[in-house]
Amino acid sequence: MLVYVFRRLVNVVFMLLVVAAVTFGIFFMVPKLTGSDPALLYVGKIADKAAVEGIRHKMGLDKSIIEQFWLFLKGIFVGRDFNAGVDVTHCSAPCLGYSFKTEREVWPLLLDRVGVDFSLAVGASILWVVLGTGTGVVSALRRGTLLDRITMTGALAGVSLPMYFTGLVALAVFANNLGWFPNNYTDFADDPLLWFEGLVLPWITLAFLFAATYARLSRATLLDVLGEDYIRTARAKGLAEPVVIGKHAMRSTLTPILTIFGMDLGGLLGGAVLTEKTFNLRGLGYEAVTSIASSDLPVIMGVTLFAAFFIIMANLLVDMLYAVVDPRVRLG
Amino acid sequence: MTDSQTAAPQTATVPAPAPASDREPLLRVTGLTRHFPVTKGLFKRQVGAVRAVDGIDFSVNAGETLGVVGESGCGKSTMGRLVTRLDEPTGGKIEFEGADITHLGVGAMRPYRRDIQMIFQDPYSSLNPRHTIGTIVGAPFRLQKVATEHGVKKAVQDLLELCGLSPEHYNRYPHEFSGGQRQRIGIARALALKPKMIIADEPVSALDVSIQAQVVNLLDDLQQELGLTYLIIAHDLSVVRHVSDRVAVMYLGKVVEIAERDSLYASPMHPYTNALMSAVPVPDPRRKERRERILLTGDVPSPLNPPSGCRFRTRCWKAQDICASQEPPLTAAKAGHQVACHFPENSATE
Amino acid sequence: MSINDKPFLSVRDLKVHFPTDDGLVKSVNGLSFDLEKGKTLGIVGESGSGKSVTSLSIMGLHRAGGKRGAPQISGEIWLDGEDLVAAGPDRVRKLRGQKMAMIFQDPLTAMHPYYTVGAQIVEGYRAHHPGVSKREARKRAIEMLDRVGIPQPDKRVDNYPHEFSGGMRQRAMIAMALVNDPSLLIADEPTTALDVTVQAQILDLIRDLQKEFGSAVIIITHDLGVVAELADDILVMYGGKPVERGPAATLFESPEHPYTWGLLGSMPRLDRELQDRLTPVKGTPPSLINVPSGCAFHPRCPYAELTGGRSTTEVPVLAEAAPQHHAACHLPIAERHRIFADEIAPRL
Repeated sequence: MLVYVFRRLVNVVFMLLVVAAVTFGIFFMVPKLTGSDPALLYVGKIADKAAVEGIRHKMGLDKSIIEQFWLFLKGIFVGRDFNAGVDVTHCSAPCLGYSFKTEREVWPLLLDRVGVDFSLAVGASILWVVLGTGTGVVSALRRGTLLDRITMTGALAGVSLPMYFTGLVALAVFANNLGWFPNNYTDFADDPLLWFEGLVLPWITLAFLFAATYARLSRATLLDVLGEDYIRTARAKGLAEPVVIGKHAMRSTLTPILTIFGMDLGGLLGGAVLTEKTFNLRGLGYEAVTSIASSDLPVIMGVTLFAAFFIIMANLLVDMLYAVVDPRVRLG
Repeated sequence: MTDSQTAAPQTATVPAPAPASDREPLLRVTGLTRHFPVTKGLFKRQVGAVRAVDGIDFSVNAGETLGVVGESGCGKSTMGRLVTRLDEPTGGKIEFEGADITHLGVGAMRPYRRDIQMIFQDPYSSLNPRHTIGTIVGAPFRLQKVATEHGVKKAVQDLLELCGLSPEHYNRYPHEFSGGQRQRIGIARALALKPKMIIADEPVSALDVSIQAQVVNLLDDLQQELGLTYLIIAHDLSVVRHVSDRVAVMYLGKVVEIAERDSLYASPMHPYTNALMSAVPVPDPRRKERRERILLTGDVPSPLNPPSGCRFRTRCWKAQDICASQEPPLTAAKAGHQVACHFPENSATE
Repeated sequence: MSINDKPFLSVRDLKVHFPTDDGLVKSVNGLSFDLEKGKTLGIVGESGSGKSVTSLSIMGLHRAGGKRGAPQISGEIWLDGEDLVAAGPDRVRKLRGQKMAMIFQDPLTAMHPYYTVGAQIVEGYRAHHPGVSKREARKRAIEMLDRVGIPQPDKRVDNYPHEFSGGMRQRAMIAMALVNDPSLLIADEPTTALDVTVQAQILDLIRDLQKEFGSAVIIITHDLGVVAELADDILVMYGGKPVERGPAATLFESPEHPYTWGLLGSMPRLDRELQDRLTPVKGTPPSLINVPSGCAFHPRCPYAELTGGRSTTEVPVLAEAAPQHHAACHLPIAERHRIFADEIAPRL
């Protein structure tokens, strides 16, 4: 088990390296190919030639791409100095560089942003797992009834209606018309109550979208599991139906849900673009969109690495949990 | 179904009168081995191997049927996959009509694929549910780009008829057929390219008893009509006895006994064969009182770590010290009867 | 009416019909039999004969999973003086696993992969002994594993099903079924998924346990060899109906029904001279939705013409052909005996 985790962690580092190399390659090569100049992005269009060259030298943009990538990696692990003769700026590890636009350090910026996604993801995921799995299970047990049909139609709507539609409707009705909830985000540390109120609508809207998938998956899985031989055995032992369903069937039903839950959560932590945009939340997704729009390469790099890290770690966590849940799975 | 009275005598299945020794067998397998590596640790060191098939020799003559019996995990199905080259052997040699086909690539193997066909156990999963019977049975013609005299459709319909199905079934789908009929479809597909040899892995074990007999008889008829050579892998000793000319018994990746059918069933020499035969339940309630049954204790050991010497010794009631130290070779104990045992049974008879 | 008048298990005119989109599937269509404690009944038939549905109906397992897909069940199933068809589902559930227990074909899929073997036995025991502590139940589980011949039961009790071999798993299934000392044990194809040497061990075990506990056993199988090993009485089913019923010895020696002849002729047998060819039953098993008229076997019966048309119009009923030995066939008894002696017996 330990050996396995170690091997997987080595794997995580390797995969992040690959992701970093690919994004680095794309974002630093493309401007070269299209003829635009990253150094120019820093200083703005009206800068004079000397200033541009100065920045180019300070940011290391005059070095070869391999060298630049090496410096970038070094920055993450030990920090780096941006040095232009007398003008030295130290960026301590983990250093992801400076935003072209705001000249803020990328790492603290992203740390700041990820809190929003964390709040969003945790709240929404609790909601959707409980609601989605719950309706799925009830639907499966009442298969073919009116209740089943209504919830499954609702789930279909949840899967097919886009976020920016349900979200905007929710905002219009509950925040603007009824005024029940504020339509902006407050940090937890500033005011927990406002933090909660501000997130209620995004949570519900996001959970609605995911709950639909979970409802359909848990319904289908439970129906499959109920057809298994071991469920018949459990009944043959004379166990009461709640035990048969609640213990024997649910344990098997939750396993695939665990898998997609890990992936979904990992994905959300790396930024929920549509939700953030709709509810005006400034998380990683928001940062990703704005940085792409303004060709802010260091921020794009940072967001990509963050997102990749969360997804890969979620993957590892799911695999390990799987081994805990299913004794047949041997890691190694 | 042909009437039983018209059946030719058993001896008619062997076409060539030449003595067995100077005839080149159709299929010859020597030292065939398949080990599945087991890895461990950070660098995936190989720490061992599942010895699924661990050095077996046998040959099948043209026109005869070799039956291979053994319990689950004995390697008989892996052996079948090796011989049809669906799996890559880790050692040994497979010769078909004298040509070495052990490591031929996909292209070089293609002509032999026509000659060696396979019938599978499960008539439910081995037919594509979205294809019509015509497409399924006709697929070999298209894949091998074989020209047929009156078109593929006619050829397929002839095959269906040969296998006891109606030519009208051409446009139907697998789900419209019962298990027995599906197995007939599988057989028709295998026969499409006029193969010389058919390898059948548990061809009847998924079928109902009354249907089993239909398929067994069909295989019999086809062999006589088309001069086919069979390698039939099965766990059911009574079925194997019925269809085979010679029988090989496998245990833990080894052939422990191989003999002419009658010799094997009348006087099995390996203790394992003996135990197997005595374990087969017989539809005769009176017999259970008077027969002596050899009850094997315990389970088959793991092929990952097979016992030293004779692999059966851990469950054998005749085992001595020599069985642990020395592996008994497969040797001819009498004419047409080879056994790998230090203390064979029934050796005094004859 | 006193309980003692009735046999321990008595099934009367049992019908189990499943409504489906294609029509009513008449899986069991009029089945009656009796079984005493200490006796073994073998129910033989091919897939779709209704043999497994019969066992699930006795256990009440068709109704356990809610109303949807549940069959229409009529008739009576008297177990120790209590009609299980009329009893409420909760009452039947209480009997299940306690008074009647069942073992299944594939012990790997029949056990929950996520729970240890011990936990699954303990659960069955505590379900019917609510006052018993976990430790006591575990002791009982180890005792049962030991009784069914599992080595080192105190260690194996904590293993998961996948860590057992096929034969061991079936032993554990038997331990699980017998943990509450049921008086009726139903074994549905208990050895079909097992190797022949392991099958012999399991059949021996079932026989020994029955002698020890004196329970009634129903063994359901397609394998005539297996019933011959275990059963005192045999019931042959075809198309949801019984076609022949009798003591094992006479049924194998002088089978009365052409379908039974067909089954015997289809099996290659190690205990007889090698036949050149097997004598299969022609055609395929009947549809349970459109069951053939009259005798369900008539389209496959080589002797149907000898009944003067009755086989297509009239449903034959089980009638005594010899003491204790019943068959549902329109052929006159003398004619049947002649055909069997002249045409069938020489080819078996």
